[in-house]
Amino acid sequence: MVATKLKEYIDFSNDKDVDVDVTITIKEGNRSVDSIKKREKVTRFFLTIILYILVTFLALMMIFPFYWMIITSLKNNSEIISANQTFFPTIVMWSNYVYVFQHFNFVTYMTNTIVVAIFSTIGTLITTIFGAFAFARLNFKGREALFLVFLMTMMIPGEMMVISNYITVAAFGWIGENATLLDAYLSMIVPFWVSVFYIYLLRQNFKQIPNELYLAAKVDGKSDWSFLWKVMVPLAAPTLISITILKFMGTWNSYVWPNLVANRDEFRLISNGLRGSSFVDVESGRVEYGYQTAATVLVTVPLFLLFVLFRKYIMRGVGRAGIKG
Amino acid sequence: MENTTISKNYDLSLSRDQVFDGMKEGYLSKYDESKDVIVHFVSRKKAKEKFKVGGVLDNEQSNNWKAWLYLAPVLILMAIFLIYPLINTIVISFMSNYNYVTGDFDGFTLNNFGAILGLSDINGYRDNRLIDYGFVNTFLITFVTVPLSLVIALLISVLLNSLKWLKKVYQVVFFLPYVTNTIAIGMVFSVLFDKQGIINYIFGSDITWIYGADRWTAMVPLCIYIVWSSLPFKILILLSGLQGVDKQYYQAAKIDSTPKWRVLLRITVPALSPQILYLMVTSFIGAFKEYSSIVALFNGPGTSTGSYNMYTIVYYIYDNLTSNTSLAAAAAVILFIIILIFTFLQLWLSKKRVHY
Repeated sequence: MVATKLKEYIDFSNDKDVDVDVTITIKEGNRSVDSIKKREKVTRFFLTIILYILVTFLALMMIFPFYWMIITSLKNNSEIISANQTFFPTIVMWSNYVYVFQHFNFVTYMTNTIVVAIFSTIGTLITTIFGAFAFARLNFKGREALFLVFLMTMMIPGEMMVISNYITVAAFGWIGENATLLDAYLSMIVPFWVSVFYIYLLRQNFKQIPNELYLAAKVDGKSDWSFLWKVMVPLAAPTLISITILKFMGTWNSYVWPNLVANRDEFRLISNGLRGSSFVDVESGRVEYGYQTAATVLVTVPLFLLFVLFRKYIMRGVGRAGIKG
Repeated sequence: MENTTISKNYDLSLSRDQVFDGMKEGYLSKYDESKDVIVHFVSRKKAKEKFKVGGVLDNEQSNNWKAWLYLAPVLILMAIFLIYPLINTIVISFMSNYNYVTGDFDGFTLNNFGAILGLSDINGYRDNRLIDYGFVNTFLITFVTVPLSLVIALLISVLLNSLKWLKKVYQVVFFLPYVTNTIAIGMVFSVLFDKQGIINYIFGSDITWIYGADRWTAMVPLCIYIVWSSLPFKILILLSGLQGVDKQYYQAAKIDSTPKWRVLLRITVPALSPQILYLMVTSFIGAFKEYSSIVALFNGPGTSTGSYNMYTIVYYIYDNLTSNTSLAAAAAVILFIIILIFTFLQLWLSKKRVHY
């Protein structure tokens, strides 16, 4: 439109006309395009700032509990319950941590949790790799039907199983009066060796590995077994790492089942130890929040370290659940 | 060259030697120039499995037993810890006074369901805790936290998606609450909501939220905690969904200068409908099973010693697991039925609304 209008006034083929300066102002309403553009730019700038302020505020709300946890763990009790709340401790009380280390069996709980986490992860990885391999690569009658049944079991609430599993584990002699630490470990590890969700996750990953690789391996005379371990497992390593970390985090967080089966203090996992410990001051009868939050910091920090180290794998593993769900 | 046909009655214009070579390789094929296809020849007899696929030696039958061998660990463990318990729990729910140590029971009855639903007596006593607290609290928690957390997560993820800089950083910050211990942070929330805590301080209120609180008041910190801890997962899923939405829709809306809220409702939400459905189904199931957050906040089934006013269905199940196994089993069966109904209801309702 602009070009045709120009042509009416200036003839570019004529050398004399080329030197003429032309200014075109297009107006909308009473404002020129330049001023509208400028205005839009300013609005966008302010909108961006407001957006960032809003998002930052929301982000602070999200992490405020963590900040408050750390702050409270460093306060003394009178400051915690005082009428004037402080956003930074006036006296930094490292002694809360000393107390917790002395009175809270942190090392025992942590050892138990790590042992249970390691062995349940190993078991889960083995069953998951085998199961996913069978569903993704091998052909057998009723494969799709069986997989559908597997997926449907994910809908069953765990509470349905917990009751009978408790009875089963008791029948195995893993819980009860004479149960040893090993029994308690077994009762917390073995029932969680199968995860349908992880089988599903890994199957999806295995399926992406091209058929040609399998056929090429077959031509080279490789067995299914060596193909699984030499080709498929290394190629699916990121998913396997995700599963390992998520399983580890799951054990660190598990509360319900260990609470049922670990009937002695020295068998407890970290969550049970934390909730089961009393932080009540003997003299005042009040809960000592300083000790309590110091303990929660100790429970939370290892998880954060894990997150810092494996953020990519955790977020990818969790995120994949939704994309193909 | 792409097309491959398997033919019985094809013109076999091959020399004897060619046929013989093909047989040595295991199958017989020829490139037909006139039709630009590869033709695999199969004998008139019923084709063997391995010839059917058209050149690929995929011996399905011989894999059969091997596949079951690979599946054996999974199947055995699932049989012991999933299938058997499922059936056993249903059976126990119909047993009268089941004793889990000895395995004794006094015949089969429907009374367990009647007792926990407040319809009939069992052993001369009626358990009203589930009717008065369990169901009410569970449904309240579910119908408050699930929609609330979904809406908040949707708004936050739309905001995050429109960021130009620091998107990754904010994404990580909003994911942080996922990496926490439910019990530990729940205990921190009980400090935040303490009578002398920071929440009352900021809002200048003097409300008892946690210990000794009124039942409905105590629901506030509980629901806030549940929403807070369920946001990261939802934001992560919705954000990854948002990144997959075709930009053309937004450009078209921009040209038509559609208002932002309309873009959100008419483009973003429909485009995210698969993710929203997935989150709905999973978070409904999760909310029906709320338990740990209550333990974390209140350190027991109620807001004061001996009180049961924060009971949920799952809390009831765990509380009665050893003392009243039959009743716990009946409650578990009821929970299962509720979850099944809700899941199928959502899948059925979503058939028309979800665009894949």
